[in-house]
Amino acid sequence: MDFAGSLSLIVPEIVLSVSGLVLLLVAGWAGGKANRLVTILACAVLAACFVITAPSVCGGAMGAGTHAFGGLFAADAFAGFAKLMIYAASGAVLVVAPAFFGRYGLMRAEFPVLVLFAVLGMNVMVSATDLMTLYIGLELNSLSSYVLASFLRTDERSSEAGLKYFVLGALASGILLFGISLTYGFTGTTAFTGIRDALDGHMEMGALFGITFVLAGLAFKISAVPFHMWTPDVYEGAPTPVTTFFSSAPKVAAVALVARVSLGAFGPQAEAWRQIVIFAALVSILVGAVGAIGQSNIKRLLAYSSINNVGFILVGLAAATPQGVASMLLYLAVYVAMTIGSFVVVLMMRDAEGQPLEAISDLAGLSRTRFALAFCLMCLMFSLAGIPPLMGFWAKLVVFQAAVNAGLFVVAVLAVVGSVIGAFYYIKIVKVMFFDEPADTIRGRSDWAHWALLAISTIAISPVMYLVTGWLTQLADKAAAALFLVA
Amino acid sequence: MGGFPILSLMLLVPLVGAVICLLAGERAARMVALVATLVDLGLGIVLWVNYDVGGAQWQFTERLPLFAGFQWAMGIDGIAMLLIVLTVFLMPICILASRSITRRVPEYMATFLFMELLMIGVFAAQDLFLFYIFFEGGLIPMYLIIGVWGGDNRVYAAYKFFLYTLLGSVLMLVAMLWMAHEAGTTFIPTLMAYDFPPHAQTWLWLAFFASFAVKMPMWPLHTWLPDAHVQAPTAGSVILAGVLLKMGGYGFIRFSLPMFPEASLQFVWLIWGLSMAAVVLTSLIALVQTDMKKLIAYSSVAHMAIVTVGLFAFNTQGLDGAMIVMLSHGVVSGALFLCVGVIYDRLHTREIARYGGLSINMPHYALLFMLFTMASVGLPGTSGFVGEFLSLIGIYQVSTWATAVCTTGIILGAGYMLYLYWRVAFGVQRNADAAAMPDLDMREWVMLGALGLAVLWMGVYPESFLAPIRSDIAALDARIARAAPVSDSDLRTTAPKAARGEAQ
Repeated sequence: MDFAGSLSLIVPEIVLSVSGLVLLLVAGWAGGKANRLVTILACAVLAACFVITAPSVCGGAMGAGTHAFGGLFAADAFAGFAKLMIYAASGAVLVVAPAFFGRYGLMRAEFPVLVLFAVLGMNVMVSATDLMTLYIGLELNSLSSYVLASFLRTDERSSEAGLKYFVLGALASGILLFGISLTYGFTGTTAFTGIRDALDGHMEMGALFGITFVLAGLAFKISAVPFHMWTPDVYEGAPTPVTTFFSSAPKVAAVALVARVSLGAFGPQAEAWRQIVIFAALVSILVGAVGAIGQSNIKRLLAYSSINNVGFILVGLAAATPQGVASMLLYLAVYVAMTIGSFVVVLMMRDAEGQPLEAISDLAGLSRTRFALAFCLMCLMFSLAGIPPLMGFWAKLVVFQAAVNAGLFVVAVLAVVGSVIGAFYYIKIVKVMFFDEPADTIRGRSDWAHWALLAISTIAISPVMYLVTGWLTQLADKAAAALFLVA
Repeated sequence: MGGFPILSLMLLVPLVGAVICLLAGERAARMVALVATLVDLGLGIVLWVNYDVGGAQWQFTERLPLFAGFQWAMGIDGIAMLLIVLTVFLMPICILASRSITRRVPEYMATFLFMELLMIGVFAAQDLFLFYIFFEGGLIPMYLIIGVWGGDNRVYAAYKFFLYTLLGSVLMLVAMLWMAHEAGTTFIPTLMAYDFPPHAQTWLWLAFFASFAVKMPMWPLHTWLPDAHVQAPTAGSVILAGVLLKMGGYGFIRFSLPMFPEASLQFVWLIWGLSMAAVVLTSLIALVQTDMKKLIAYSSVAHMAIVTVGLFAFNTQGLDGAMIVMLSHGVVSGALFLCVGVIYDRLHTREIARYGGLSINMPHYALLFMLFTMASVGLPGTSGFVGEFLSLIGIYQVSTWATAVCTTGIILGAGYMLYLYWRVAFGVQRNADAAAMPDLDMREWVMLGALGLAVLWMGVYPESFLAPIRSDIAALDARIARAAPVSDSDLRTTAPKAARGEAQ
């Protein structure tokens, strides 16, 4: 493919980087006055990227026509599907962030700009078909994220979260780089297709180490056990809009990246990495479920919940089939809706002065003081627990279906039993809201944007959405087919 | 009825009602809930009247490929039809029985209507995953009903109910996924005729058993039931005993037996063993209860054991009997919980010792309570007799031992029910406040009277209830005949009889 053709494939990335730079200039020029304008423009940029990317997803773009720059980058339907989720999640974060930071007087135009750069990094991650592109995307996203985590500069917890995230993220990057260099050393290439050819059939022990280290490095990013320790601390410490961001968009990107690396580059050695993935999946489900039980802070609880959910997504990856990949994407879509919804509720938990509340005990008796809020959170919690008829059940269903069809019967049984343990703490939240006497600490009013987001995510996990499952499955199947065609 | 989607309409009515209730005030919510359940009752009657006895096996079918991986498939046979009628019959009574609920009425009514939707859905679904969604979705409203409107220890009971039943059901989900993969369809009628390999049947059967045995509940998985019953409000208990417990039995009829006949035979000892243990042990436990609701809850476990022995007798009488016991128990235990509710509303205690001699100041109440007690015991002329008799005839043909033990249980059943009735209705009026309680009012008469008529109808003319299920039971019997267990005593001793005749 010629250079012009390659450029036409990365239009969303060009739009993101150019507008990011321009908005940075605007922010530098106008200072605090431009906060609102920059945020709105950033949202508009994300919306524009959404529109640009959507056709490749609906059309199921795949094959050689989607490869740019000599196989460094692929703008196929798989990447497109992940990008759409990333745009949607990041847009939601931009909607809720100004109100949160505004109360501390710390809203700055850099926030939307950083989010845009993080989105750019994630776009590169999900489109990477070369270990170099992968690393550049990952770092661009990570560096933006470190700053975002400590965005509430005056808050100790936020700074601590940023530092923790940075140190552990740097460690993860080191491990990843080590794995990349091993892989390069034993296969002689960094391109996914080349690695794939080199690994077909026989595999050196060194290459196996490479695979293991690459997966370990990426496991940090998706916070899969045993590389999950940073998650509760960072989620708790980071400002809530940033936590919303961390638990949604980068997770989508990292999971998509893991899928592309393991099925694309390491596809022929699926038997080798499958055991790693199965172990990480089952242990994540267990640790995510058990760890959450004792939590009293809702953000920490949601952190463990995200570890738990990653476990279920990895069950889909362990299937290593097109159906498995499609189920991962579908699970991610539902997961993003559930996560955004849950965190919007957390953002709406404020006392009369507008100070944020984070203790689960503050939710006590919420159904009597704020019924609509309690009702939405109840739906989200039951959905996260995977109780039908909510969409969280369907997400788990497709993942288990993929696992069972791939012959991973025992894995499905263990995962499903793990989901019962997880259900315990989700219904605990419902118990606190509906059965307990009102604590009546949540009195703050929220603006219409929060309510709209909450309504959208609640509708997105409501049984009504079963009607679009056919369409969604089609899209996900095309995306998965694109991944396997590359592979 | 042509292609009119009456089943979907029956689901839509409570759904619309629930939404209106959430938005309405207290009085309006009560009214809306009552109207919605009565409309559904009307539709249920239409369903029964238009059900073509002896016609196609599946009637009122609807199939729409709406979802990915499964479809909106509705349709009922006689078994499902009667259970749906039972549901819509009990629902208005539950709404009427909720007069004593004064806290958060709109939410309460909405939850109940949502529950009704899910229960009808369970019996009407013809798709594996659609069934699961309705089956499992029932956890949400029941969790809220017990937890929000229940008694003192409601949180513990709600947790126990939720996690216990969830754990049972998720294993069934994995089994369903495997079946859909193996058979290439999720359509239940097709699956009912599909022959799964016997070695796989064993595991599938166990997975389904885990779910249905907990729902049923079978001893020793029943421990959630007394807690849930005691803590739930009256109407919650009625629904729990009346309909939710039937889902387990319905599951055995619809899934375990026709889909896994070989495995059913393989585990027949387990079912019989647990049922025998349940009948005797829970009856003995019921004898020593001091809490009325707990006593009736344990009696439910015993009655459900009669259902399971009937089902796993592998013959027409047993299956017929199991169905009638389910219907009868749905009405009778519902009525008994209402009877408890009536006096609980007056005195706010379930302690048996706090009552006594109620036949003096509440003669009408005592009369109806007597009727339901007798029906629970299985007195001829009441619904209980028909079902238990048929079940025992069924099991007698294959296992005299199981019959002997289960019959003992029925005698014990007479013991604890009569003992309960004696302590509550007869004897001296020990407590002044109990002696001052007024007799039934109009609303209570309507509720208990309707149930009483149903009990007598089922007892005197069970043909009305046997006719719709006859062909379905026959089809099921033919399906499982190849796996029927060998009788332990040769009852059809035609050859020796003939020989004796010759000798004479």
